[in-house]
Amino acid sequence: MKIAVCIKRVPVMEVKFAIGKDGASVDETGLKYDVNDFDLWAVEAALQLNEKNAPGEVTVISLGTDAAQEQIRKALSMGADKGVLLKADRLPGDAFAVAEALAAELKDGGYDVIFFGKKSIDADNSATGAMVGELLGLPVVTGVSKLEIAGGKGTAHRAVEGGIEVLEFPLPAIVTVDEGLNKERLPSLKGIMAAKKKPLESRPAQLGTAGVTVQKMELPPERAAGRIVGEGAAAVPELVRLLQSEAKVL
Amino acid sequence: MANVFAFVESRGGDVRKAGLEAVSAARQIADQTGGGEVHALLAGAPGIAAQASRLAEVGADVVYVVEHAGLAQYDAESLAATAAERIRAGGYRAAVFSATAQGKDLSPRVAAKLRAPLAPDATAIAVEGDAIVVRHPMYTGKVIGALAITASPALLSVRLGAVPAQPNAKAGRVETIQPAADPGASKVRVVELREGNKGKIDLGEAAVIVAGGRGLKAPENFKLVEELADSFGNAAVGATRAVTDEGWRPHSDQIGQTGRVVSPELYVAVGISGAIQHLAGMRTSKTIVAINKDKEAPIFKVADYGIVGDVFEIVPALTQAVRAAKAAH
Repeated sequence: MKIAVCIKRVPVMEVKFAIGKDGASVDETGLKYDVNDFDLWAVEAALQLNEKNAPGEVTVISLGTDAAQEQIRKALSMGADKGVLLKADRLPGDAFAVAEALAAELKDGGYDVIFFGKKSIDADNSATGAMVGELLGLPVVTGVSKLEIAGGKGTAHRAVEGGIEVLEFPLPAIVTVDEGLNKERLPSLKGIMAAKKKPLESRPAQLGTAGVTVQKMELPPERAAGRIVGEGAAAVPELVRLLQSEAKVL
Repeated sequence: MANVFAFVESRGGDVRKAGLEAVSAARQIADQTGGGEVHALLAGAPGIAAQASRLAEVGADVVYVVEHAGLAQYDAESLAATAAERIRAGGYRAAVFSATAQGKDLSPRVAAKLRAPLAPDATAIAVEGDAIVVRHPMYTGKVIGALAITASPALLSVRLGAVPAQPNAKAGRVETIQPAADPGASKVRVVELREGNKGKIDLGEAAVIVAGGRGLKAPENFKLVEELADSFGNAAVGATRAVTDEGWRPHSDQIGQTGRVVSPELYVAVGISGAIQHLAGMRTSKTIVAINKDKEAPIFKVADYGIVGDVFEIVPALTQAVRAAKAAH
């Protein structure tokens, strides 16, 4: 099987963010980066599928600056076979512009399955995978938390509000991965050494025109400091009084 | 004067709350761009047309109804084709979708078909000059982006609860249309919908959420959280990632960076320390109550009201007190 996984370099979120000088981006000073969580689970899904259907090939594709090579190498060290960097000076705020570049790369790849994370935790668009599917005319199943692929067909579960949808689809197809599908494996030392020798191609991204522009970014208003009503069950009556008379939610 | 389109999510013959909100959001944009009409698309199994009046009540001037046995379940390919065709034909300034699991699946497909820009997951919408500007939480809610679209149609998806459905009665002309693509021909098929927590309210739609964390110590202790949720009458139960990773609750209950993002009127955090990943999913709740034994826990920094102490003692007392307060009404 030929499998592709699209991954994104995103900041690690455990920091306070500041807004950059242009007022429309985050200040990158001091940020650390990793592979987007959902994309790590997508890589894991690809590796597991490849192991079941060996021999095959897993290609990892990322659109980003040169720095994204680090994230591609991480996926290679987990076990992917080769990497492709679609180079862009800056990522547009428009998922469709990104989707066009990825679709151009994926179009003639002959992939049986193309995995994406359900969303990236920085832009939070939840759109790229489905857009690529539409551009390539492939079946798309989004937000998959359970997956079986065999005999040219797939069965998937997707969480929707208040339930789970069970879906069936033919290959080739695009699958976007939700939490719960798996846990990503850690790169082994052997994997890290091997990754250094694996092919990583780089070419300019054919970005589409952005129709959505990030006009500005702001930090959300801080929540006003709350108060400790009290300790233990004795504080319950006062809490209930506050919920009724002050917050008016009871 | 520009008309605005709204896609109405329905399930099992019923319009979802998200569907009513999409119409209200479209109404808001139409009013702010000179008072155009709102055209809603309502699709489902035969019988769904009976729901059209509910859309007129919240501001739809025209309801396009698609009835087809193949639409008893969500069918992305057929619905995307029908929505794209209607939007193309209608020449709308904007098209509103819900930022639900289905809306997030559908709206990018429609955007790609139309090669139209999509601003996702709006928490607020404004019309500023030539642009439709949506506020969109990014970086797990730590940054709010203002995304602007000047081209028509501007596609947007609106987060549950961001634009509450308002009574705004219109005459609501109903027009029956055919699906632009036969649901029977779709490659991806929903073969089953397993409804979890049947009869219980969904996290995204709940006015009150009671969520439990590792402080509950064991899966069976989640019944304390469920009982507290029951006492409110309109509450859903959520959980932290630690809890869903342990298998105490299904992944669909997880609130946080990689789970659900919720904004209820009241959020009660039981035995939750308040890791950044969890806060990303609930910090936009209107009122937050935290119950935790560690008074230094980060949850108290975002909570409006906190009680420090043993959850096993406090939660049952709170359940009783809420029951009594509800009974007194």
